[in-house]
Amino acid sequence: MKYHKDIFEIIFHARGGQGAKTAAEIIAQAAVNEGKFVQAFPQFGPERSGAPTKTFVRISDHEIRTHEPVIDPDVVVVLDETILDSEIVTTNLDRHESLIVATKKTDMQIRHKIAERAKFEGKIHPIDANGISMEIVGQPRPNTVILGKFVQVTEIVELKSVIEEFKRIFGDKIGKEATDKNILAIEKAYDSI
Amino acid sequence: MIYKTNKNRIALTGGAAAAEALKQIEPDVMAVYPITPQTTIIETFAKFKADGEVATEVIEVESEHSAISACVGSSAAGARTVTATSSQGLALMNEILYIASGMRLPILMVVSARALSAPLNIHGDHSDVMGARDTGWIQIFSENAQEIYDNTIIGMKLAEKVKLPVMAIMDGFNTSHCVENLEMLSIEQVREFVGEFTPEKYLLDIANPVSFGPVALQNSYFEFKVQQENAMDKVAREYLKIAKEFEKLTGRKKDFFESYQTEDAEEVIILAGSTAGTTKDVIDRMRKHGKKVGLIKMSLFRPFPRKELLVALKNAKSVAVMERAISSGTYPPIYQDIMTGLFQAGETKNMQSIIYSLGGRDIFAKDIEKIFDDLHAGKISKETKYIGV
Repeated sequence: MKYHKDIFEIIFHARGGQGAKTAAEIIAQAAVNEGKFVQAFPQFGPERSGAPTKTFVRISDHEIRTHEPVIDPDVVVVLDETILDSEIVTTNLDRHESLIVATKKTDMQIRHKIAERAKFEGKIHPIDANGISMEIVGQPRPNTVILGKFVQVTEIVELKSVIEEFKRIFGDKIGKEATDKNILAIEKAYDSI
Repeated sequence: MIYKTNKNRIALTGGAAAAEALKQIEPDVMAVYPITPQTTIIETFAKFKADGEVATEVIEVESEHSAISACVGSSAAGARTVTATSSQGLALMNEILYIASGMRLPILMVVSARALSAPLNIHGDHSDVMGARDTGWIQIFSENAQEIYDNTIIGMKLAEKVKLPVMAIMDGFNTSHCVENLEMLSIEQVREFVGEFTPEKYLLDIANPVSFGPVALQNSYFEFKVQQENAMDKVAREYLKIAKEFEKLTGRKKDFFESYQTEDAEEVIILAGSTAGTTKDVIDRMRKHGKKVGLIKMSLFRPFPRKELLVALKNAKSVAVMERAISSGTYPPIYQDIMTGLFQAGETKNMQSIIYSLGGRDIFAKDIEKIFDDLHAGKISKETKYIGV
């Protein structure tokens, strides 16, 4: 039984340097712009480039008071499928909840992969975030592209809020052309089946 | 969606929230050591400075010992002065902390409370600030980003009012690195609240020359220290006045501590910092099952509001004092202070001392629920319990 029933909880699994923190903050700020309450924080472990990391997001219509790490997520996002080789990412993710994975593999292939380490009956949403990113942006940016898929699957924030927040954070930094391409990539991920 | 978008409602890390408060205060001087174990507070504030958003003189020095020394000079000269640090940085400042308070300098320091080496650990606990509890600084703890924003502003005004330095404290990482919602005041509101800094005596007042921190031998040192302590004795009253003024301005309740569901509570937890939020959720859930549990969340820790705490605890049968610091060789600090108060008042309660989350160890709702259950079942010991070890 989920402890915080009125809080939507997300765990990002990634490797240090892959931008999970940025992805988490974009979702959190998008939710704030929609008038919601949020928390976003990394698992406070050692920060080593390439090491597996966890980042947590909470979204609610009410004030969020707890400061414990997320232990019973509503959705889990995996930015690097090689993490599935070493980590169990589906803990407390039940049959109605979703796992989003950046991968070229199919959902059945991912399901077999996960079955090697844990029992999981929830939904699996693969998304070729690196492929889409390489094709449109010309660089591997799975962390922001996967946000499109995240919005499609969860509907916890609106796509336009995510895009607005992306523009706010990156607009000046990367210029209009690159921003537009990134947004196109996010939209493509949102429209993907 | 239930809530309308509120323009004042934004989300920031605790570190960034403190930096925003400092920007709004716009002190004359901020002296800092800019690298590890420094926090995002300085990083954010340095950006404000670089972008021309504040006129503050940011002095980057070669150690925390130098940072607080520069603050002493700056504050004695008559400038509104702030700094920020954490962990080993606060430990390195220790010598000068006594000089700042002994010279009655109203310096504000924002602290992300973190562990001390060895072994090497940079994560959250209260070892650093508890190590500074006898330095003559006022210490105010914060639960979340909102509170560290609030306490930074309250702390600045309080320091200048009582002529003693203030530490505004947040939990390292749990608050300093966690993005959370908060409401901010406008710059005008903050400037009006803290007011202009007009020191009564200062070194650059060449028309009225004075000395700060002169030699005081056997014939006068003692008097200085007693006067300093008399000043500390008056802090609680001024703190409450300023806190209530802030409450009026923001609508956010401010007091020595927060009593949550303590009115009829039989089992009470006392703690300071971010675990208070987790504990409130546990209390709401346990109360649905008829359990009479409550929380006292410490805000003002130095000076210690002993009398008021005893009143708040009067109906409690069993109390667990949860702390993120060891006072080696004896009981941890808050427990000691509360036991002293209870003994003086001739009251006895079932008291349990607990140490948790040292070096950033996670604490979960289920751990807190177990502490309440143990209190209820009378599983109480005179020995300090270590949770999660």
